[in-house]
Amino acid sequence: MKQINAGKFVFTGELEPVKTMNLEEVIEGAKILKDHVVAINITDNPTAFGYMNALVPSYMIQKEVGVEAVYQVTTRDRNRLALLSDLLAAGALGIKNVLALTGDHTTVGDTPQAKPVFDLDSATLVYMLRKMIDEGLDLNNNEIKNPPKFNIGIAAAPNADPLEAEILKIERKVKLGVDFIQTQCVYSVEQVKNFLEATSYLKTPILIGIAPFKSISMMKWMVQYVPGIKVPSEIQETLFKAKKKGGKEAVYEANIEIFSELLRGIRKTTNATGIHMMAIGFEWIVPKIIERAGII
Amino acid sequence: MIIVQQKPLNEIFEMTKNLKSLLIVGCDGCASIIQVGGERQAQVLKTLLEMEKKVKGEETPVIKAISILRQCDRQVAATALNPLREDYEAILSLGCGVGVQTISEVCKPTLIIPANDTKFLGMHDTRKGKFQELCSACGECILFETGGICPITRCAKSLLNGPCGGQSKGKCEVGGGKNDCAWILIFNSLKDRNRLDLFTKFRPPKDYRLSGHPREIGGEDEDQEVSS
Ligand code: SF4
Ligand code: SF4
Repeated sequence: MKQINAGKFVFTGELEPVKTMNLEEVIEGAKILKDHVVAINITDNPTAFGYMNALVPSYMIQKEVGVEAVYQVTTRDRNRLALLSDLLAAGALGIKNVLALTGDHTTVGDTPQAKPVFDLDSATLVYMLRKMIDEGLDLNNNEIKNPPKFNIGIAAAPNADPLEAEILKIERKVKLGVDFIQTQCVYSVEQVKNFLEATSYLKTPILIGIAPFKSISMMKWMVQYVPGIKVPSEIQETLFKAKKKGGKEAVYEANIEIFSELLRGIRKTTNATGIHMMAIGFEWIVPKIIERAGII
Repeated sequence: MIIVQQKPLNEIFEMTKNLKSLLIVGCDGCASIIQVGGERQAQVLKTLLEMEKKVKGEETPVIKAISILRQCDRQVAATALNPLREDYEAILSLGCGVGVQTISEVCKPTLIIPANDTKFLGMHDTRKGKFQELCSACGECILFETGGICPITRCAKSLLNGPCGGQSKGKCEVGGGKNDCAWILIFNSLKDRNRLDLFTKFRPPKDYRLSGHPREIGGEDEDQEVSS
């Protein structure tokens, strides 16, 4: 947050603890990202898959690797009591940033029979966080001794259709008081420009989400299933061609080229606060893209 | 309306087996209007039960099929059923869960059997030939703020401050993109009414005590005793 407030163009990264009690991969990923990002998001049961909770890895990357965590918190799996408990624990462990999310519905995950909670939503979670931070109170105005201080982040969908509903929803949360916004992935400078223009009145730092494709099948999956993803056909074609020509390695190379180009475009022609890089499982590509973009 | 759906016949046969006599009671309220639990359906069920016994070569029980004005009204149910209930071993109700429980209460100790599954509070959309759930009786109606569309019931996450990131072109991530996103419906409804201020308004966390079970309203006075 300090660097954002100082007007620096920043990068954040993302790591996903999976269905294991092993922390090695997360730690390794954090080490790769560390020198290139100001903080790393730790996902909270993404797409409603049951994984290790986000708090422990958030703490571990801070402690073991020395990089700040953005602790992602969804309202899908915990009611307001459990959320409060976890947030107090996060404060105790030195977590500085919380990304408040509603979370994907249980039925889209790997345990679709589970009872979805959604006692709060992302907005009411921001509201609860603000009360904790600003007033030292819980939702019922009970005093919290030694309340935590977090920077509060929210997510946004630049490709949402209708966009107006999305913007007003962001406004609703910004009015409660949020410190930063991280967006879903975008694939063209045009998308970024439209979104930043529409949200400029909110005067909140926005980190634009960028997600290179680990493979062609991942791209196909995202295009088909992830709501609001718009991948320009040129990008799709370039990657298809690369795959045909040189297989996996060529796809990686094409990714580096495409996304460093996109990065440069965003940096040069928009006033985005920074970039949120999501390259789950192939974090090594993040430094390569940033280096090739040559914009730090 | 309360939307009910008849249980699979096998289930009804199972619950009614070995009975010597049975009173089948339809309801002229919601169940009848949606043609699931009225007088006609009671008669049809009587025929089916008799046929089933015949096919199995079992003794046919004495079955009578009637329908009453409203099963969910204690007084109505008691007046209509008390003269009859002693002649039957069991009552098969074609009402909703409320009707079944009301009859069970006023017809003690006659055995009570539900013929229907009670599904939800909803509307019969005759154009599409389907029933749609519209209200969950949450105890604190916010339809004014949401353009007459209930997010508690029609949003898969019951969000108070939607839409979530799962909507795409107005469709919800739940159900494979076939269902409308309630929050986009709300957005459009409020936009049409020039009340987007209500959309942008922040709604604080819901008080779930208001929808916690069991709920009662009133009841200062002693219940009027219904003669049995
Ligand atoms: S807000 Fe509550 S009472 Fe109103 S329609 Fe929805 S569920 Fe029913
Ligand atoms: S997509 Fe719309 S209806 Fe579905 S859960 Fe999200 S806000 Fe609710």
